[in-house]
Amino acid sequence: MNIPNDLRYTKTHEWVKINEQEVTVGITDFAQQEITDIVHVELPDLGKHVNINQPVAIIESVKSAFDIYAPLSGEIIKINTLILEKPELINKFPYLDGYLFKLKIANINDLNVLLSVNDYQKLVTER
Amino acid sequence: MEKLLNEISTCCQPAYDISCDINIEINIPSNLQRCSSLHFPNITESDLLRHFTNLSRNNYALSTTFYPLGSCTMKHNPLISEQVARHYRFNQIHPYQDELTIQGNLEIMYKLEQDLCAISGMDYFTLQPAAGAHGELTGLLIIAKYFETIKQKRTTVIIPDSAHGTNPSSAMLAGFNVITLDSTHDGQINIDKLKQLLNENVAAIMLTVPNTLGVFEKNILTITELAHNNGTIMYYDGANLNAIVGIIKPGDLGFDIMHINLHKTFAAPHGGGGPGSGPVGVKKFLEPFLPIPRIINNKTHFVFNYEKHQSIGKIKAFFGNFPVILKSYVYIKLLGAEGLINSTKQAVLNANYMLAKLRDNIDVPGGHKCLHEFVLSLKSILKNGVKTVDVAKRLLDYGYYAPTIYFPLIVEESIMMEPTETESKQTLDKFIEIFKIIIFKEMLDESDKIKCAPHTTIVRRLDEVIAARNPVLRW
Repeated sequence: MNIPNDLRYTKTHEWVKINEQEVTVGITDFAQQEITDIVHVELPDLGKHVNINQPVAIIESVKSAFDIYAPLSGEIIKINTLILEKPELINKFPYLDGYLFKLKIANINDLNVLLSVNDYQKLVTER
Repeated sequence: MEKLLNEISTCCQPAYDISCDINIEINIPSNLQRCSSLHFPNITESDLLRHFTNLSRNNYALSTTFYPLGSCTMKHNPLISEQVARHYRFNQIHPYQDELTIQGNLEIMYKLEQDLCAISGMDYFTLQPAAGAHGELTGLLIIAKYFETIKQKRTTVIIPDSAHGTNPSSAMLAGFNVITLDSTHDGQINIDKLKQLLNENVAAIMLTVPNTLGVFEKNILTITELAHNNGTIMYYDGANLNAIVGIIKPGDLGFDIMHINLHKTFAAPHGGGGPGSGPVGVKKFLEPFLPIPRIINNKTHFVFNYEKHQSIGKIKAFFGNFPVILKSYVYIKLLGAEGLINSTKQAVLNANYMLAKLRDNIDVPGGHKCLHEFVLSLKSILKNGVKTVDVAKRLLDYGYYAPTIYFPLIVEESIMMEPTETESKQTLDKFIEIFKIIIFKEMLDESDKIKCAPHTTIVRRLDEVIAARNPVLRW
C-alpha cells in the first residue's frame, strides 16, 4: 500500500498536499482499495465555501456510495473534472491524476489537525 | 440464453395473422402514417408459450428457492391474498368512481389504517406512499411542515451510520441537512455523541429498531427522551418491524412518526421496482399535516376528505397502491393478533437458530443474540483472495439467492441473513451446511471455484463495473 511521505492525512482517508494556502485533496491508496472500482463521482461546486469535516463529495463504487469530507475549511478553487468522465483514474492514480479538488484554506492553523504520514500508517495497519 | 422473439421469428411458418382490413389511408393523414414495416415476430403459439415458460424458469424467487436476503424480509406471501386482489369486484374498480359505489374499498383502507395504528401505537395512518423510501420522504415532509407551522427553523436530521441509504437520501430530498451519528462497536447508538449533536437545529432523529445488525437499541427510551427534551421529532424506520410486531409498539417507545413497508412485514409482494406500499403513521400532533385525501367514517358511509388546510398535499396519484394495501389487509386478518405475535417469535427464533449454528467460527459484530436477522463479518476467515461477494455468488450455484452483502457499511466484509418466519428447520439446516462447505472447505481447497462463481446460472459473473461506467440502455 502506497502512503507517500510528502502528504498529510485524515482519519477518514483523505490525503492533503500543502502548497502554502492552496492544498490539493484526494483519497488514499488504502481508501480506493477498500472502495473498489469507482464508477461515479460527485464533486463540490467551484467557489463553494466548505467547513472542516463537512461532506463535500461523493464517490460511488459497485459496492456502495461513500461521502468524502473536507479535510480543512476553505474555498473550492479547482475541481478535477477529468475524474467525472474517467472515475477509474482515482483507482489507478489516487495521488496524481485521480485527485479530487483544490482548496484555498481559511485558517493556516487548521493544518495542525491533519495526521502525519506515521500517524496515518498506524491508523491503517491497526484496522 | 433464451433468444428474443425477433430472433426466433421466421417468415415461412403458420402463425397469428395480425393484418387488418381497415383502410388506414382514409382515416389517418399521410404524414402520420408509418413508412417502414413493423417487424412483428412471426411465431407459432407453441413456440411463443415455450419462450415465456423458459424465461420464467430463470427467475430466482421465493417460489423456487430460499431467499435469505437480509433487511428485505423475503417471507412467503399467502396466495389467498393474490386471489382476493384478483377478484373482479376489486380489479374492475376505477379510482374515478363515485365514493358511494366503492364503499367496500374505502372500508378496507379505513380498517387497515386502524389495524396499523393498533400494531404500531401511532394515532393515525396514511396508506398513500408507494414504497418505503416514499414513506420516508412523506414523513420528513410532514416534519418540515410541522416546524414551519410552529415557526421553528430546524434544518438538520441526525441519522446513524448503520442506517439504510434511503434515510439520508430522503432527508436531503425533503430539504434537510444530514448529520451522521457514529455507532458504537456493537452497532448501538452512541449516547454521548448524540448529546453533543443535539441542539435547537435538529428537526428529527431517524432510527431503525432493531438496528441493521439485527440488535435491539437498548437505550431507546433514553434516546427518545433526549430528543423530546430538545423539541426533536423521533422517526421510526419500519424496515425491521418484522422483529417486534405484537411484542412492542414504536409508539410506546416514544416515536412520533414512522413508516411501514407493507411488502416486508405484512407479506405483500416485493415490487422489484413495481408497486410497493409504505404507509406513514403519526402521533396526534402531526395528524393535520398528513397527505390528502383522508378517509373518514361519517357514521353512514366512508368519504374522502380533502379539506385539510395544513396538509402537505397529495403525494401519490389517487389513493395509494390499493391491491398491495388489500393483500396486507388479507394477511393481517388471516393471521389475527395471535398469529402475528407467533410470526414475530418464529422469525426471531429462526434467525437465532441460524446464528447459533454459525457464530462459533465466524465473527458476529452484533453479539451472540439477534432479533429477526444477523450480520456476520467474514473478514477474519477469508482466504486465498476470496471476498464476501465471491461467497455470495457461489451460493447461487447451489440454488440459493445470495444474502445481503456489504451492508451495513459499519461492518467489514459483512454478510446479512434474514430467514423470516416462513422457512422450515430443514431448509435452514441445508443452507447452513452448504454455507459452511463454501467458507470452510472450498475456500481452502477450491478457491478458484468460488472466485469464478457462479457456474450454473443462465449468465456467468457480469462485469458490474463496466455496466455502471458505460451502461447500454437500449438494445
